[in-house]
Order: sequence, then structure tokens, then C-alpha cells
Amino acid sequence: MNARPIIEPREGYDVVVLGAGPAGAAAAIEAASLGLRTAIADEQVVAGGQVYRVAPGIAPVRADQERTDGDRIRAELGAGNIDRCFAHRVWHVERANDRWHIHALGPEGPRTLHAAALIVATGAQERHLPFAGWERPGVMGLAAATVMLKAQRMLPGRNVVVAGAGPLLLVVAKAIVDGGGRVAAIVDAHPRSAWFASAADLLSRPDLAARGMGWYRALHSAGVPMHHGCLLRAVDGDAPALRASVFPVDREGRARADGKAVTIACDAVCCGYGLMPATDVTRLLGASHAFDLTLGGWHVVVDDDQRCNIPRLYAAGDGAGVVGAAAAPWQGRVAAMAAARDLDRIDTATHASRAAPARRERIRAARFGGVMTRIANVGDGAVASLASGVTMCQCERLTRATLDAAIADGCATVNDLKGATRCGMGPCGGRLCEDAAARLIALATGHTRTEIGQATGRPPLRPVDLDALAGDFDYDALPMPATAPL
Amino acid sequence: MNDAVLRIVDGVERGAAIRFRFDGRDIDAYEGESVAAALWASGVRAWPGEGDGGPPSRAVFCAMGICQQCALWIGGVRVEACRTPARDGLDVRTRPRSTEITP
Repeated sequence: MNARPIIEPREGYDVVVLGAGPAGAAAAIEAASLGLRTAIADEQVVAGGQVYRVAPGIAPVRADQERTDGDRIRAELGAGNIDRCFAHRVWHVERANDRWHIHALGPEGPRTLHAAALIVATGAQERHLPFAGWERPGVMGLAAATVMLKAQRMLPGRNVVVAGAGPLLLVVAKAIVDGGGRVAAIVDAHPRSAWFASAADLLSRPDLAARGMGWYRALHSAGVPMHHGCLLRAVDGDAPALRASVFPVDREGRARADGKAVTIACDAVCCGYGLMPATDVTRLLGASHAFDLTLGGWHVVVDDDQRCNIPRLYAAGDGAGVVGAAAAPWQGRVAAMAAARDLDRIDTATHASRAAPARRERIRAARFGGVMTRIANVGDGAVASLASGVTMCQCERLTRATLDAAIADGCATVNDLKGATRCGMGPCGGRLCEDAAARLIALATGHTRTEIGQATGRPPLRPVDLDALAGDFDYDALPMPATAPL
Repeated sequence: MNDAVLRIVDGVERGAAIRFRFDGRDIDAYEGESVAAALWASGVRAWPGEGDGGPPSRAVFCAMGICQQCALWIGGVRVEACRTPARDGLDVRTRPRSTEITP
């Protein structure tokens, strides 16, 4: 919560951090400890990001490791000399007069923060793969399921299909079983061997690898049906009486000719295919981005000190490439140190001696997270198998057939498709559909994702209420010139 | 309220029991829960959307302020149910009352 009224220093802040997850919190703590006037903004009511997300008032009687780690970060952030703007939705960021202007909407109305340096730590968002019926009630993301289970302490359903790829499959399935629910099936896009193929990198964190294996064994011995090398084809029925059908795929995600579909009765379906960097702010600011599937796809490019290619703009955490929560705090600290150096608040020698060990820790921690990102991805063939009537863009209700027709008419980039069909122009801003739409273009044209691009960033970053933005503005007080005589 | 259906009860401490209105219907909740989660626990999975076109209206899809499908109205203000803590006596609606819309 906002513990005290936020009063910006007359000269503005030295640094504003966007996002209070593990990267942003560490960046703010480090910046404040280096003597920088620091503010942090986050749209949630408390710090922690999605990894350490909590709902104030709901708590496990015995705190687990994640809870303890999250509580420590929240305590450190509270103890630092940091202005904390929670429940603030940042809807626009711009640079004027050599300062960053961060426009947000908070519980007390609109607010603009000003800063010399900006650290973007907005994390990641889930990658979705459309299928017939993914717009049905009772279908939710794997990330949403973790929020429900960990923060709200609520089951997504009593009998749940958990589908997709990557570590969240096990995390969600285990939490459902622990919470007293039943997992109707785990549907893993990859063959079981994919996990073992990454064994060497997984062993960079033997503790986490062992925990994952333990979960896998526990789910297996609990009799949870596991469909490896399968994708969701369709979900039909009306919640809570849903039916999920799954079919076997090859390594590229294409339906296997010899495969048989299986139908599973359930009351909820949780699905997701790994995480993608959230690049909305850095795209809006025109920073340089690159596409790399091993980093979750499009991400903002940073140097060894987390600097973007725009002066006094830094990125830390999964937005600069999904490498996970262990590496995030080190990225955050390195970014804060670079900001302190660039603002000439610490000298070169101090910077060098502090940053070197943090950079080393960052690289070590990123190795495990990197392999998690790689095994969460699924090939473009998964999109090739979709029926023409499947909804691709939920907001604008566009089917695959509509997008295919526009691509056949010459749409070769995500921006082309957006202009021609409105794909990605709805309330979610393309966050649910852009990746799958780009895969359709790639399949049809053979172009690379770099050529296909990402959508141009535009304000507002999220839908905001215009009445709330206007605040107490009185339209009747506008000076209106007298009407010219006819 | 049948808490054991979706709320995980064992080993979990919750805030005070509260109640809010959803289109005139009583929804039981606990302090700290999001409006979206409280609706989910009450069996509310979806509601009619805002006419033709537009995204489906669902209580939970992303649960983190991205998809906008849980958008609801409280006191004439559009809110995301997943980012809004449930409070006792809230009047939550699937669409604003006509008197609350700015012309």
C-alpha cells in the first residue's frame, strides 16, 4: 500500500522504476542506497510482481519459500527511502526537456512523475496459442491460475486440464493437487525427453531441478494422466461442464497424421506456452528491440549494464529477455548502478567494483531461467494446425480465415495486419494475439519474425478512463471565443 | 457460503467475511480477495458482453490486468475486477447505470 503521501521533489526524481517485481524492487533499493531520489510505480496494490504476488489479507498459515522471499523484498522496499506508487497504472511515458515524464493513474487520480533516469522493469506476459473455444468461460492462462492459487488461494476448478508448455505446467498442477483439487490431465506440448535434453543447464540450479523432478514424480504417482507431445485442439461445452480435446503433435507442433484425439471432461482449462517480454514501454519510447526465441521472442536490447540505446533509459528483468526471477534482482541492481554512474553520482571506480560481482551473479542465475524459457516455447507448426474458424484476435473477434485472407492480400508485417483487419487493436492491445498472428504471417510468407516485426507502441499503454484522467477539470471553465458574426 | 468448493481452506488465513452486490445479487467474499476471484468462487464465470463485437466478458482469463475481459463498473468508473480489491458494500455492475455515463 502507499504508506505515505507521495510528494515529488521539486527537481523531480533522479530515477523512476516501472514495475515492482524482483527486478524493479531490487533496482529501486539499489538506487536509493546509492543516494538517488527514487520512486517506483506498479499497477498492483503491493510489490512482488507476478512471481511474489500476494493479496493483502490472504496468507498461508505457514509461509513457504516464495512467500518468505516476497515478504523480504516488500520489507526492504518499505525500509528504503523510496516513494512507492502502488495501484498506479502507467499509461504514457515521454521524454521532454531531457527528462522522463511518466503519466499514471492512481487511486487519488492522475499523476505525472518526472525523472532524470528511467528503469523499465515491467516483466513478462504469457504467450497464448489460440484453439477452438479459448474464448469460453472456464478457460484461463496458466499465469492466471498461479495468481488464483498463490495469491487468492483459490482453485481454478475442481477438475482441471492443465495444458501448454514449460515449468508452469508443473507449478499449476502441483498447486491444484495440494489445494485439494483434481488435475484431469496435464497436456504438455513437448515430449517428455525435452526436459531431460536440457539436463545440463537445469543442473545449474540443482535445488530447483530437484524440486521440479519431485513435483513430477508426485503428480505421476498421484495418478494424474499426462499427455506428452500433445496440444489442445478444442474446448467445448459450458462451464462447469467442459470437454477438452487434445491431439498428438510432432516436434514443430504440427498434428501427427497417425495421431488420435482424446477428449477429457473437466470444469476448467488452464493453458499457456511460456512467457514473452513485456515491451510496451520500451517500444513506445522507440528503443531498439530484437527477436530471439531463446529469450522469449521480442525483447528490448540492453548492454552489459542494462542500458537501452536511448540515454538514461535502462531495462531490467524479463522485459530485456526472459531469463527468470533469479537473475532479475541482479539485472535491477546493475541497472541502478549504471544510472548512478550516468548521473555522475558515483565515480567510475566505485561503479566498476560494485557492478562486476552483480554482473557475474546475473549470468549464473540466467542460465537456469534461460532453459525454462526454451522448453516453454512451441513451434509455428502449432498455429498451422488451427482450423480456419478459430478465433485469433478475441477483442476484435477475428478468425484465422480473416487473417489468412489479409495475409494473402499482402500483409507482411504485424503492423500491416493491424491496419488491414484491426487485429491487436482491441482492449488487450494485441497482448493475447500478436504472437500467434505473427506466426501465421511467418507460415504463409516464410519471412523471419524480425522482418514481420512487432506492433508500434502507442499511448495509452492500457485502457484508461478519460473521466478519471481529466480529474476535476471543468469543461465549462474553458474560455470560448464569441461566435463570429455571420 | 460453501467455502470449500473453490477457496483453499486448509492452512490459509483470510480477512473478514464481507459482502458486495453484483448486478443486484449478493456475492460473499473475504477482505483481500479481488472482485474477480470472489465472483469466480461464487460460480460467476462470465456475463453478457457490451453488445456485438468486442472481447468476451469473463471473470478470469489473465487475472493480471492485461486482457481487459473482467472489466466491470463501480460507481460509474470502469475497473478491472482482477485489480480491484473486494470491499464490503461495493455496488458492482456489468454496465454503468445510464445516469453515470458522461454524455
